[in-house]
Amino acid sequence: MELYSFTIHELQEKLKSGEASSRQIVDSVFSRIDAVEERVHSYIRLMKEDALTAAAIADENIKNGDIRPLTGIPVALKDIVCTQGIPTTCGSHILHNFVPPYDATVVQKLRDAGAVFVGKTNMDEFAMGSSTETSYFGPTRNPWDLDRIPGGSSGGSASAVAADECIASIGSDTGGSIRQPAALCGIVGMKPTYGRVSRFGLIAFASSLDQIGPFTKDVEDCAIMMNALAGYDPRESTSVRAEVPDYRQFIGRDINGWRIGIPKEYYVDGIDPEVSMAVKIAIEVIEKCGGQIVDISLPHTPYCLAVYYIIAPAEASSNLARYDGVKYGFRAAEARDLMDMYKKTRMQGFGPEVKRRIMIGTYALSAGYYDAYYGKASQVRALIRRDFDEAFKKCDVILTPTTPTPAFKIGEKTDDPLQMYLSDIFTISTNLAGIPGISVPCGYTRTGLPIGVQFLAGHFEEGKLLQVASAYEKNAAIEKRRPTL
Amino acid sequence: MKLSTSDVEYVAKLARLEVTEPEKEMFTAQLNDILLYIDKLNELDTTGVAPMTHAIAVQNAFREDKVLESLGTKKALANAPDARGEFFRVPKVIE
Repeated sequence: MELYSFTIHELQEKLKSGEASSRQIVDSVFSRIDAVEERVHSYIRLMKEDALTAAAIADENIKNGDIRPLTGIPVALKDIVCTQGIPTTCGSHILHNFVPPYDATVVQKLRDAGAVFVGKTNMDEFAMGSSTETSYFGPTRNPWDLDRIPGGSSGGSASAVAADECIASIGSDTGGSIRQPAALCGIVGMKPTYGRVSRFGLIAFASSLDQIGPFTKDVEDCAIMMNALAGYDPRESTSVRAEVPDYRQFIGRDINGWRIGIPKEYYVDGIDPEVSMAVKIAIEVIEKCGGQIVDISLPHTPYCLAVYYIIAPAEASSNLARYDGVKYGFRAAEARDLMDMYKKTRMQGFGPEVKRRIMIGTYALSAGYYDAYYGKASQVRALIRRDFDEAFKKCDVILTPTTPTPAFKIGEKTDDPLQMYLSDIFTISTNLAGIPGISVPCGYTRTGLPIGVQFLAGHFEEGKLLQVASAYEKNAAIEKRRPTL
Repeated sequence: MKLSTSDVEYVAKLARLEVTEPEKEMFTAQLNDILLYIDKLNELDTTGVAPMTHAIAVQNAFREDKVLESLGTKKALANAPDARGEFFRVPKVIE
């Protein structure tokens, strides 16, 4: 087996025992990138030189007995988190030349934990999309079937892990952008509780929904990454001062007697029959683990998508007002005056999906419409959160499909925004309520496309998610396949 | 139709976006579809429901009023498309 195919915890053992060096692991990952990247296109930018320098430092530290949770491990970063001195584009033309003067808190934290950065991964422009097709730098392909999308918006981060182009990665999740691509690429992805991981240095899309989280090959690695990422940050005013447990302690614990909620609203027409079947089998596995199945109801589920498509674009239209060609990024040439420069810069700098969402958001916040749209959506959002509060009185965690279908074909939904938005139908409510969620592989379709199962828990209960996901992973014993590339 | 092409022009102006004729047509159709879908929220009676603005209720996040290190002019101007001296340069504002 090549070094690139191992997990973080397996590589840690090899590094500790001296069986492998960080340099060897990094070389292995870059040789894999050389072999497959041209077909997959996970990355916007590779950081090979930085990676080799960091690997040399890691090997020196290991020799001196300084071994941290991610020492010497190659990790990829979604190109939405700021990296000092390394261009950060957010998948957009308008930021194609932006070089951040500082690191995002998560970048600093991963660095402090010893991680080696491989590169910046591809994404939908400003994280607006479910397929990584809206990237200014071209689409990413699903390693399991190169004619299909990897999911989005963090598609590059998901495909990089699935194709062994890194050992783990981070993404951001505003309406499913970690869990949906994790499911479609056959890996583990977690969206933590809103406020658990600092958003300082994360380029903002919808500030009340955005959250950073990890992509990994298994649940134990997810716990290792969460240990590095979670925690209060005085530089981020919505980060929460809540105690962070050692997430690794939840791995391998049983879930005997746990109540597992099955929301009837998530098992409706329109779900692909193979997804439906895989999730049904997942429920049986959970029962065999000692979980008690409880029927629950989240009655406002049918309204989640409508609420999301007011709140997210409204916040985006405000956040993206800063891209005006003055302080950084692209500026259109030959403007008559300042107003003309703004309009031309934004017309040429943003792609169609970003413009569409800025338009919806601007309309929803414009004079005379605020109450009818943003006000109404914020009220229904409160009802959605109340649904979860009620549900968690009856169960410990909730189990749902992560996505209604497996990965769709490239180009299949690009002309129909609403159809595209519907691929996030099972992940959006989590962001609206601010609760954590995890997607874990639960099988394959007949044609070999991965399927994911999602677990949801109450605020700050990531530990519960890791416990149920690790129990499920162990007992489901899903055949360990890797994409053939 | 909730939105006419002239509404789209007005919203584009508010958003500081120049839109081409074909974009105007496309946005008018697509935004109408989306707004029609969003209309389903009106099925719900939300009288008396307090709007939710934050996922987690955090009180004002204050810190001690102490001067910390800041970016500095040079770094702040490093990404500017057109910087002159200590300033961002822009096209003329006044006629």
